[in-house]
Amino acid sequence: MESYALLIAATLNAGTVLALAALGLLINEKAGVVNLGAEGLMLCAAIAGFACVVHTGNDWLGFAAGMGAGAVLAAIFGVLVIWLGTNQYATGLALSLFGVGFSAFVGIGYVQEKLPERANYAIPGLADIPWVGPALFKQHPLVYVAMLLVLALVWFLYRSRTGLVLRAVGESPASAHALGYPVRRIRLAAVVVGGALCGLAGAYISVSYTPLWVEGMVAGKGWIALALTTFATWRPARVLLGAYLFGGVTMLQFHLQGMGVEVPSQMLTALPYIATIVVLALISRNPAWIRVNMPASLGKPFYPGS
Amino acid sequence: MTTPLLSLQGITKRYPGVVANQDVSLTVMPGQAHAVLGENGAGKSTLMKIIYGSVKPDEGQVVFNGQPVNIRNPQEARKLGISMVFQHFSLFDTLTVAENVWLGLDKSLSLAEVTERIVAKASEYGLDLEPNRPVHTLSVGEMQRVEIIRALLTEPKLLILDEPTSVLTPQAVEKLFVVLHKLVSQGVSILYISHKLHEIRALSSACTVLRGGKLTGVCDPREETNASLSRLMIGAEPPALQHLAREPGQVVLSVKGLSLKRQDPFGVDLEGIDLQVRAGEVVGLAGVSGNGQKELMWALSGEDTRAGVQCAADSVCLLGQAVAGLGPVPRRQLGLHFVPEERLGRGAVPSLSLSQNLLLTRSEALGAGGWVRMGALADQARSVIERFKVKAAGPDAPAQSLSGGNLQKFIVGREISAAPKLLIVSQPTWGVDVGAAAQIRAEILALRDAGCAVLVVSEELDELFELSDRMHVIAKGRLSPSVARTEATVERIGEWMSGLWPEAASAASQQQGAQHAAA
Amino acid sequence: MLRLEPRPQASRLWTYASPLLALVLTVLLGVALFMALGKDPVRGLQMFFWEPVKTGYALGELMVKATPLLVIALGLSVCFRSNVWNIGAEGQFVIGAVCAGGVALLADKDTGRWIVLAVLLAGVLGGMLWAGITALLRDRFNASEILVSLMLVYVADMVLSYLVYGPWKDPAGFNFPQSKTFEAVTQIPRLMSGSRVSVGLLLALVGAGLLWVFLFRTRAGFAQQVGGLAPDAARYAGFSSRKALWVALLTSGGAAGLAGALEVAGPIGQLTPYVPAGYGFAAIIVAFVGRLHPAGMVLSAVLMSMFYIGGELAQSRLGLPKSITGVFQGLLLFCLLACDTLVAYRLRWVASKKGSV
Repeated sequence: MESYALLIAATLNAGTVLALAALGLLINEKAGVVNLGAEGLMLCAAIAGFACVVHTGNDWLGFAAGMGAGAVLAAIFGVLVIWLGTNQYATGLALSLFGVGFSAFVGIGYVQEKLPERANYAIPGLADIPWVGPALFKQHPLVYVAMLLVLALVWFLYRSRTGLVLRAVGESPASAHALGYPVRRIRLAAVVVGGALCGLAGAYISVSYTPLWVEGMVAGKGWIALALTTFATWRPARVLLGAYLFGGVTMLQFHLQGMGVEVPSQMLTALPYIATIVVLALISRNPAWIRVNMPASLGKPFYPGS
Repeated sequence: MTTPLLSLQGITKRYPGVVANQDVSLTVMPGQAHAVLGENGAGKSTLMKIIYGSVKPDEGQVVFNGQPVNIRNPQEARKLGISMVFQHFSLFDTLTVAENVWLGLDKSLSLAEVTERIVAKASEYGLDLEPNRPVHTLSVGEMQRVEIIRALLTEPKLLILDEPTSVLTPQAVEKLFVVLHKLVSQGVSILYISHKLHEIRALSSACTVLRGGKLTGVCDPREETNASLSRLMIGAEPPALQHLAREPGQVVLSVKGLSLKRQDPFGVDLEGIDLQVRAGEVVGLAGVSGNGQKELMWALSGEDTRAGVQCAADSVCLLGQAVAGLGPVPRRQLGLHFVPEERLGRGAVPSLSLSQNLLLTRSEALGAGGWVRMGALADQARSVIERFKVKAAGPDAPAQSLSGGNLQKFIVGREISAAPKLLIVSQPTWGVDVGAAAQIRAEILALRDAGCAVLVVSEELDELFELSDRMHVIAKGRLSPSVARTEATVERIGEWMSGLWPEAASAASQQQGAQHAAA
Repeated sequence: MLRLEPRPQASRLWTYASPLLALVLTVLLGVALFMALGKDPVRGLQMFFWEPVKTGYALGELMVKATPLLVIALGLSVCFRSNVWNIGAEGQFVIGAVCAGGVALLADKDTGRWIVLAVLLAGVLGGMLWAGITALLRDRFNASEILVSLMLVYVADMVLSYLVYGPWKDPAGFNFPQSKTFEAVTQIPRLMSGSRVSVGLLLALVGAGLLWVFLFRTRAGFAQQVGGLAPDAARYAGFSSRKALWVALLTSGGAAGLAGALEVAGPIGQLTPYVPAGYGFAAIIVAFVGRLHPAGMVLSAVLMSMFYIGGELAQSRLGLPKSITGVFQGLLLFCLLACDTLVAYRLRWVASKKGSV
C-alpha cells in the first residue's frame, strides 16, 4: 500500500514538470502562437537554474534564473515570429536545435557538479495522515503552485477582460486589430509569459525533479507538453489532468521495473513517447472537435498592415 | 454657419506601389447622412480607416468638431465619438454576442452591465439579438446587428458604415435604413460607404465621390441622376450588355436531391438541392453569403466528393454521367470548369507565376509522363494574357503581383479558354473595377451564346439580373424554385433570400422551368 | 527609427543573399563567442573554415559527413515544400540504420557483393516504414506530424538501444553495447583508395539532380508543392493532399533510411548506440539554408559538414566542447530566418513622425 502512495506522489511530481510547461504553451497558443522551441528553451532554463543553484545555493534563485532564461529566449523567438513574420514552426525548431546545443555547450562544466542537500517538504499536520499524507502532502511547493496556476488561469482566461482580449487575439487577430488592440504586443507578452513558465518547468527538472545536470536531460518533455495542449483541447484543467496522466505513465516504468516485470527497460523508457503518439491520434481523430476548440489563428502570421 | 463635425483636408496615403488616397478632402455636418461613393479600389475603405485611427495618413489634417486631431488608434476615435461598422466584420466567432460587444467598448463595464445595455439598445432600435449566443451561430445579418449595436453603445457622434448592405437581403436593407434615419433624426452624423447608387440616393443628403484614390466630386445625390453619379464614379457609363434571347439546349448539369451535412462546424448543411443548367443558358444563383453557396460549390466542383457515397448516384450528373463521387480532375475532363470566389490561394497560387498557375487546371503544355514543356506553357500563358487583356508583366509575373481585377481576368480567361461545356463562376466581379467587371460579364455571355452552360453565383443582384436567363435563390442550405429573369423582381428575389418561397410553387415552377427551357 | 516596409514583390536578390548574410552573422557571433571564452577567434575560425578544406584527405572527410546530410535534406525538402513538417528524420535515419545493419549482420564469409544492394534497400524500406507511421497517423487520425515524427525519434533510439544491449550484442565484444563488426563484403564501395568517400556521395548528387527534375519539370512535382503553398488551390485543382502527404513522408523517410544505411555500412561498420549523430536534425537546417533547392542544399550540406568537423577540431585542439557545433547550427538557422525578412521587406530609415500628421 505504501508503495502506491509513493507512486501517486511521484506521479504528481512528474506531472508538475509537464503541467508548468504545458500551461505556459497554452498561454502562447491561446494568443495564436505555437512555440516549437519549448524543448530547447527548457534545456537552457534547466542549465541556467542548475548553475544558479550551484553558485548561490538557493533553489528559488535557481527557479528565477530558469524563468528569466525562458523569458529571454521566448522574447527572441517572439520578436522573430511576431515582428519579422518568420515561420512559427521553423523558428521554433531553430530555438529547439539551438537550445540543445547551447545548453550542452554551457553545461559542460557542470556535468560533475552536485547540488546541496535537497530539502524535504511536508505540510504540517496533513503530511502525517497515513497514506494520504505521503501521497499528497509531502510535495515540493511548486507542485501546489502548478495546481493553483490552473485555477488562476481558468479565472484569467474565462472571467477577466484581459483574458478575453487574449482569446480574442488568438481567435481573430485581424478583428482585434480593427478594434484597436495592439495585437503584436499582446502576442509578445503571451509568448514571454509562456516562455517563463516553460523555463520554470525546465529549472524544476534540474533543481528538484532530478537534481543534476545531464546533456539533453529534458528528454522530450517539451515536446510532450506541446502535445498536451492539443490533448487538453486548450483547456487549463484538462492540461493538468493530462500532465498527471503522463506523469503516471513516466512513473509506471519505474514501478514496473521495481516490481520485476519482465519487459525490456527500453520499452518502458519509450512508453511516454508511445503514449503521446497514441493519445494525439485519439484526440485529433475528430477534426471538427479540434477546429471548434483550437484558437483559430494558431500558427498563422499576422500583418497589421494588410 | 455651423461648425462641421468632421473635416478632412488634403489626406494622402501611399502604400508600396499604390497611392490609396491622394489629396482627398471631405466635410461632414452634424446630423448629416453623408455618402462616400466610389468603385472597388477607389480608396474609400482606406479613408475610413484613417478617420477611425487604424491607418495613419502620410499627409493631411483631420479636424473633428473644429479641433485638429491626431487619431492614433481606434480607442482614441471612440473617445472622440467616432464609431465604425466594418465591411468585413471585426467579430470573434467562438465568443458570445455580449463578449464581442464588450471587446469594442472602452469603459470599464462588467459583462453583466454590457449584456443589459445590449438588450436595451436592441429594443430601442428594433434590432433583435440574444446576448449569450456564440457569434458563429448567427446569420450574416445578425452578425451585422452585433456590429451596429456595438457601435451604438459607444454613443457615437459619427457612425461610419463600410458597404453595410452587401450582406443583406433587400428587405433587411430597408430595415437598416429605418435605423439609420432614426439615428440621423437624433443628430448623429453618418458616413455611408457604398458603390450602389440607389441606396445613396435613398439615404444621404450629401455625397463625396472618389475615383482611383482622388476626389472627383461633391454633390447632393438627391439632385443627381444615376447616370451623372456613375460618370463621377467611373468616368464613363459602362456599355450596356447585349443579352440576346436564345434557345437553351440539352441539360448539361443536373443536381437531384443533393443533401450534405456540413464539414466545417461553422458551415451550412445542404438540403435536397435540385438544379438543372442547360447548354446555352446562364443560371444565376442569388443569396446572402453563408447560406450554403460555398458548400454547394464544393460539391459541384468535385472538391467535396462525399455525395458519391452519401447521396444517390444521380445526385450530380454532368452530361448525363453520374459524377457525384468524382474529384475535380475527372469532372474537368468532362468539361466542367470552375472559377472560385477566392482568387489568391484557391483560384491561383500567390507566389507562383501565371504560367505555373495554368497548370492548376490546364494540361495542354504537358508532355509524356507529366513532363512540363516550359516554352509551350509560357506561350499558353501569353495567349490568355493577350486575349483577356490582363495587365501583367508577363507569363513569369507571380499571381500576387496582379491587381484583383487583372488576376480575376486571368483566372476567368484560363477557364474560358479551355472551352468548357459547363462553366461555374462564383462572384465573378467581386472587388473588380468596373471596366474589368464589364469585360468579364461580356465574356460570360459570349460563352453562353457559344452554347456553353453557365452557372453564376453572386451576391450582387444587379449582376444576376444582367447575366441570367433563369434564377434560383439559396437560403439556409435550401434552393428555391427557378424563376425566369423576365418574371423576377428584386422584391420577390429579396423575399426568397430570407428563405420564404412558396413550397407549393416549387413543383409548378419546375414545370415552368422546363417549359421555359422547351419554349 | 528603422522601419520594415513590405516590398511590392519578393526580392530576388535577397532570396540568394540572405543565406550568405546569415552565414556572415553566424561567423560574427562565433567570433564574439570565441572571444568571450578567451580563445583566439582566428584560430577558432580556422578550425571551421580552413582545416576542413586544407588537404585532400580533409576534403574527403568533409564529403563523408556532407553525404548523409545532403541525402536526408533532399528528402526533407520535398516534405517542407509540401508543408509537411517531418522533423523526425533522425528517427527514420536510425531505423534505416537498424534495418540495414540487420541485413548486414546476415552476411557471412561466402556472401556476394550483392549484399550491399540489399543493405541499402533495407535502409530505405526501414526509413519509409518509420515515416509511414507518421503518415498513417496524420492521414487516418489527423495527428500532428510534427509531434508524432519527433516522438518516434525517441522510440527509434530505444529500438536501437534494445537491440545493441540485447539480441544483437556482440558475444565477443566484452559486453560492450554494440553489434558484431559487419563483414567486409557489406562495406559500401569507396570511390578511391586513401579516402573514406563512398558511392553514397554519387547517389546523393544524382538524387539532387532527380529532385530538381521532379520539382521543376514535372506536373507531379508541381502538384506536390501546390499543396504546401496554397492547400485550397491544390484542392481546387484536384491534387490529392493525401497523396502529397504520403509521397512527402515516404520520400523523406526513404532518404533518411538510405543515409542511415550508408552510415552503418560505411564509416561506422557496426551498430552502436552512437549511430544517431544528430544528422536528422542538422539536415533540417541544411534544407532551409539551402532554400529547399537541390543546388542550394549541396552547398549548405558542405557548410554544415564544416560545422561538424570544425566542432570536433575545436574539441581536440582548442579544448572547447563539441556541442559548439550545435550552437552554430542553431544560430545559423536563427540568423537565416531573421535575414529572410529582407526578402519580403525592406529596411527604411524613417524620421520620427510626431506632429507631422
